[in-house]
Amino acid sequence: MQRVKPFDHLVLILGALFMALPVIVAFMSSTHSAIEIHSSGLYLTPGDDAAQTYTKVLTARGGFTGDVTGLLMLGNSMIMGIGFAVGKIVLSMSAAYALVYFRFRFATLMFWAIFTTLLLPLEVRIMPSYQVMSTLGLLNSYTGLIVPLLASATGTFFFRQFFKSVPDELLEAARIDGAGPWKFFLDVLVPLSKTMMAAIFIIMFIYGWNQYLWPLIMTTDESFYTLMRGIKSILQVWVGSQIPDYNEAFALAVLAMIPPVIVVVVFQRMFIKGLTESDK
Amino acid sequence: MATVTLSNVGKTYAGGVDAVRDVSVDIQDGEFVVLVGPSGCGKSTLLRMVAGLETVTEGNVRIGDRAVNTLDPADRDIAMVFQNYALYPHMTVRDNMAYGLKNRRTPKDEITRRVEEAAQMLELGPYLDRKPRALSGGQRQRVAMGRAIVRQPAAFLFDEPLSNLDAKLRVSMRGEIRRLQKRLGTTSLYVTHDQLEAMTLADRLIVLRDGAVEQIGAPLEIYRRPASAFVAAFIGSPAMSLLDAKVAEGRVWIGDKAVAPTAVPAGEVTLGLRPEGLRIASDGALSMRVDYIEELGAQRIVHGFVDGQKVAVTETGAESLPADLRLAVDPLALHFFDLQTGHRVPQAATQPVAVPA
Ligand SMILES: Nc1ncnc2c1ncn2[C@@H]1O[C@H](COP(=O)(O)OP(=O)(O)OP(=O)(O)O)[C@@H](O)[C@H]1O
Ligand SMILES: [Mg+2]
Repeated sequence: MQRVKPFDHLVLILGALFMALPVIVAFMSSTHSAIEIHSSGLYLTPGDDAAQTYTKVLTARGGFTGDVTGLLMLGNSMIMGIGFAVGKIVLSMSAAYALVYFRFRFATLMFWAIFTTLLLPLEVRIMPSYQVMSTLGLLNSYTGLIVPLLASATGTFFFRQFFKSVPDELLEAARIDGAGPWKFFLDVLVPLSKTMMAAIFIIMFIYGWNQYLWPLIMTTDESFYTLMRGIKSILQVWVGSQIPDYNEAFALAVLAMIPPVIVVVVFQRMFIKGLTESDK
Repeated sequence: MATVTLSNVGKTYAGGVDAVRDVSVDIQDGEFVVLVGPSGCGKSTLLRMVAGLETVTEGNVRIGDRAVNTLDPADRDIAMVFQNYALYPHMTVRDNMAYGLKNRRTPKDEITRRVEEAAQMLELGPYLDRKPRALSGGQRQRVAMGRAIVRQPAAFLFDEPLSNLDAKLRVSMRGEIRRLQKRLGTTSLYVTHDQLEAMTLADRLIVLRDGAVEQIGAPLEIYRRPASAFVAAFIGSPAMSLLDAKVAEGRVWIGDKAVAPTAVPAGEVTLGLRPEGLRIASDGALSMRVDYIEELGAQRIVHGFVDGQKVAVTETGAESLPADLRLAVDPLALHFFDLQTGHRVPQAATQPVAVPA
């Protein structure tokens, strides 16, 4: 072991501050009133409006219809995040299973076809996707929000690589043990993939949670508002002489950070446990 | 328990590799047959065809009274032990053993009974609730065997099950496998490239070379009467020395030295000499230049050259040896092989086959 030197600590502390300061500023500022922020800028010290601001953000009704609360947005974001993560895992695992374990013609071609879609970001295909969803009458629905984005080249790729690393003998042992394709998948591959699933869950949950453009286009009904859109709409009131509710935007931003952090913490633990416990 | 019958079994892989050619053998009920041969000779391929993990491209495989060519591995009533154990890493030892039975809808209490029984037989009791990663290599291999045993299959198939273990453990596991197989009386087909393992385990040996059977027989029979120079060099350790020799005037000649009288027809031959068929003696017929000596404790192996050709001799002495020795040859311990085909040249019927002690 190398001896830890003060300089190393300094670098680490600076790094940590660099990462954490924006979050601290956001949180501290959210505990002040909008006027305070507007007049004297961001804060590094706590104010006394915390309880009031957060209650308001979570429960006050807003929007044009007056039905949108922070809780509703939180719920919607949650549905997006979990829907994305679970859907993508299920879909990409099945795709990877077929690609790796079933011999069919053009399997490799198929894989590369899926893989190249990685190169096309959502923004490129957003118009055709919208068109399709609108024709199917799926605008303003959770199905329309989630399903079109489920196909995941990243996930398929990761699971494919993982399945390929599972020794063939395991499949053979399972075949001799009388496990058919389904049983092998459910009894052997799924439990073995736990760490992969945890890793992909983290990535995809955050991906879904942070969706902004797609929900913005797909939904006009305010009951589908997500947190990301909520934050944006608070800051959009620059009309007339009104001061934007900075404090509320900050509070919402802080709230928006919590679920991803929880997901990361929970699954990270599983993830690392899986890594260190992995079979020799 | 059943017989396993291979008739003219062959395998051509996609791409045209002839991995196995025309193998026919009848394995008796309860017999322990070992497939042995150098790396790449098609042992695993043959075993996997019996298991149903590879398609049989030629011939027939029968287990018991069923032709199994087109049956799924699960329906062939066999159990297999793999070289790398192939245990399910996420299941406990107990679940690993029980998995095959569960899939066959064996009643719960029956599963419990069989697993307990196998665990006791293999001394795995204390480890039943551990995951494979918390076991040593030898214990894992025992679990893999347990998984095979609980199924009570018609036949066990082993693919080099011991080659991941250290030398000492290999010897003790070898004994254990032999004992278990005798006790259970289950027909077994065992693949190894280790000729010592093959000799000690087998009721019958099948020596494979380039996908074809070179010789089938009991270990001692193969040791004493190898059917070809290939088998002769492969079976036995230290290996038999093979020398270019010539038969003329009723005697074998190495270079210009007459070695021993013989009845085989005159001409060029390959002469096989087992290390224990040679003796260091001052009045010996051959002169050997010593190259190096391997000290094994109970005996030592003297490697050297006779007429520029490699020869090995075992002996039990402890005194240091001169650089030039004379070797006496036991005339009954000579093996002759055809120079071209490598086949054994039959000797006169009166010639006894036993190797004198
Ligand atoms: N899937 C395959 N496709 C094509 N050729 C193959 C395939 N599997 C094996 N072979 C070839 O078949 C031959 C026999 O292979 P096999 O695995 O049976 O050898 P082995 O006797 O078990 O060797 P080892 O002792 O190294 O395990 C080899 O030449 C190998 O290259
Ligand atoms: Mg092999």
